[in-house]
Amino acid sequence: MTAVNPAIPVNPVIPVNPVARLGATLLLALCLVLTIDWVSASVALVLELVVFVFIRMPARQFWLRTLPVWVAAPLTGVTIALYGRTEGTVFFEFAFARVSEGSITLAIATVLRVLAIGLPAVVLFVTIDPTELADGLAQRLRLPARFVLGALAGMRLISLFLDDWRSLELARRARGVADSGRIRRLAGQAFALFVLSIRRGSTLATAMEARGFGADVQRTWARESPWGAREWLVMAAGLSIGLVAIVAAVASGRWNFIVGP
Amino acid sequence: MLLLGASGAGKSTLLHALAGVLADDEGDREGTMLIDGRRPAPGRAGLVLQDPDSQLILARVGDDVAFGCENLGVPRDETWRRVRESLESVGLSVPLDRSTTALSGGQKQRLALAGVLAMRPGLILLDEPTANLDPDGVTDVRDAVARVAHDTGATLVVIEHRVAVWQHVVDRVVVLGAGAGVVADGDPASVLEARGVELAAGGVWVAGHPPVHPPRRAGRERIAVLDTHGLAAGRAREAVQSGLDLTILSGATLAITGANGTGKSTLGLTLAGLLPPVGGVVTASEALAAGAGPYPITWRSRQLLTRIGTVFQQPEHQFLASTVRAELAVGPKALGLAAAEIDSRVTELLERLRLGRLAEANPFTLSGGEKRRLSVATLLATRPGVLVLDEPTFGQDSRTWAELVALLAELVGDGTALVAITHDLDLMDALADSTVTLA
Repeated sequence: MTAVNPAIPVNPVIPVNPVARLGATLLLALCLVLTIDWVSASVALVLELVVFVFIRMPARQFWLRTLPVWVAAPLTGVTIALYGRTEGTVFFEFAFARVSEGSITLAIATVLRVLAIGLPAVVLFVTIDPTELADGLAQRLRLPARFVLGALAGMRLISLFLDDWRSLELARRARGVADSGRIRRLAGQAFALFVLSIRRGSTLATAMEARGFGADVQRTWARESPWGAREWLVMAAGLSIGLVAIVAAVASGRWNFIVGP
Repeated sequence: MLLLGASGAGKSTLLHALAGVLADDEGDREGTMLIDGRRPAPGRAGLVLQDPDSQLILARVGDDVAFGCENLGVPRDETWRRVRESLESVGLSVPLDRSTTALSGGQKQRLALAGVLAMRPGLILLDEPTANLDPDGVTDVRDAVARVAHDTGATLVVIEHRVAVWQHVVDRVVVLGAGAGVVADGDPASVLEARGVELAAGGVWVAGHPPVHPPRRAGRERIAVLDTHGLAAGRAREAVQSGLDLTILSGATLAITGANGTGKSTLGLTLAGLLPPVGGVVTASEALAAGAGPYPITWRSRQLLTRIGTVFQQPEHQFLASTVRAELAVGPKALGLAAAEIDSRVTELLERLRLGRLAEANPFTLSGGEKRRLSVATLLATRPGVLVLDEPTFGQDSRTWAELVALLAELVGDGTALVAITHDLDLMDALADSTVTLA
């Protein structure tokens, strides 16, 4: 399985604790969702690109990973240009779609914003190793180990579910019921997968329990989840980019608070 | 120690109770069970289960072995020391950061054993640890278990249908009877001597008591029903096997064998008209196609029913209905047969495969052997000319095995073409007219 394989060797762009990456992304996103204007988004985007260059992100890797963001952003833009709030000159009108000066401005601001939030999120997240993230969440954020490790182990089952789904599909053809009634068949197939997944899940739970998972002992951690200056630096970088963007928007008079008038 | 007994005697339940993973709400218990004078609790005894895939916990080999130590609160340095020792003990020499999903079935089972070993339990429990493995995997795991017992001095309890595998590495055999408790306990030779016949009747594979099945009848007339030419089989356009020229004859059995991961199942599904060939062609004879066109993959799902039947490795994948009776009627109904005809076919099959008692049961609730019989029966209901079976005898006790072999032999005698994907040597001995070994 390649689609969901947490074990693909990860070669992080920057060796930083996943929790710090998560934190940096969240802080940045938080700043940027407060306003809808093109100034804050552009400032953030420019600063981010500088950072990407600075950390020598390999170009090929960068484009491959961020491709979905580059596709999604313009699509959002088109939608907003067509259906966004009408303001100023109307350029084009068709059914419910109305392209105006206002909606175009809003569209540009949105495209930039999707990029400004999406690019760093993807860059920081795609390389995250699930095991390291779980270690970080449990050891650094003190989330309950039972929950974090349960989720981590459960993720491993996803690839088995994909295999199950394929077999279920072929088996339906073999049983002579695959010619018609696609929706009903899919529902039945989904139910069968559900039954199988519960079964696999409970076997996994038994295996984990048999290894002492959930025992009344203070758990130790075989892997360290390092946290130091570098982690603080990444978090600070995320926050500063967000703050600088806000300051720029306010200073240029383009600040457009999201819940404002 | 080897724990034996017929299906349903409570072997697994006992093992789970010893491992301390039996929840209080899973039925009644009475009496007491003590390990070293204490109640069983997770971690005091280690447990290895049958399915290699469902018991991998973490993504990397080292982390997976360390998991148990972490749960027991073992300090970090000590944990990694134990991880290395345990892996060495089970003979698994792969890097600690190797992906657990990339291991073979036998390696996965040895990994699970290492994970248990690292917890330093005095008691190691193995619940049919080799049932899902190919012959090499079976030997590797068996030898690893023997070495561990020797190295650590721990007590090992193994449940297994196939006695021959374990006979010479265990010191003691205990036989459980359904509702009868311990019916025999002693050294392997004398217990197997005294109880061999009874055990064999109960579905245990005992050396010297092979399952009885009728001799094979030669099929009447053997004619080619399926031909492959330069066939390449694979999924998602990646061939795992290529350049195969095979001929499948009516009234004969073709066995396809080879180690785990050589693409046996994929080839089977391709022959069965379920997966499109990556290269080359699978062609049906005119007699088999009966007007449906020469290439099985282009047939409609309904057209496959009377032409090629496939029994999947996991019976659950092919169950569609909520009762056994309805399950058997699915195929005939899809063919649009008359109600009376459907009824007579279903009743006949219920009888023939000893499923009558279970007619109203949900297929998902059947035992392993019953599920296997049902999955074969569902295909027989539409009388296909070719039957493709993927590991039909995997993990089956000797009784179910003998029944299956008898049934399949009869079908072949009546002119069905059989393709069996298997690494069961006994099955090949009993049925195969020709064998293809994939590498």
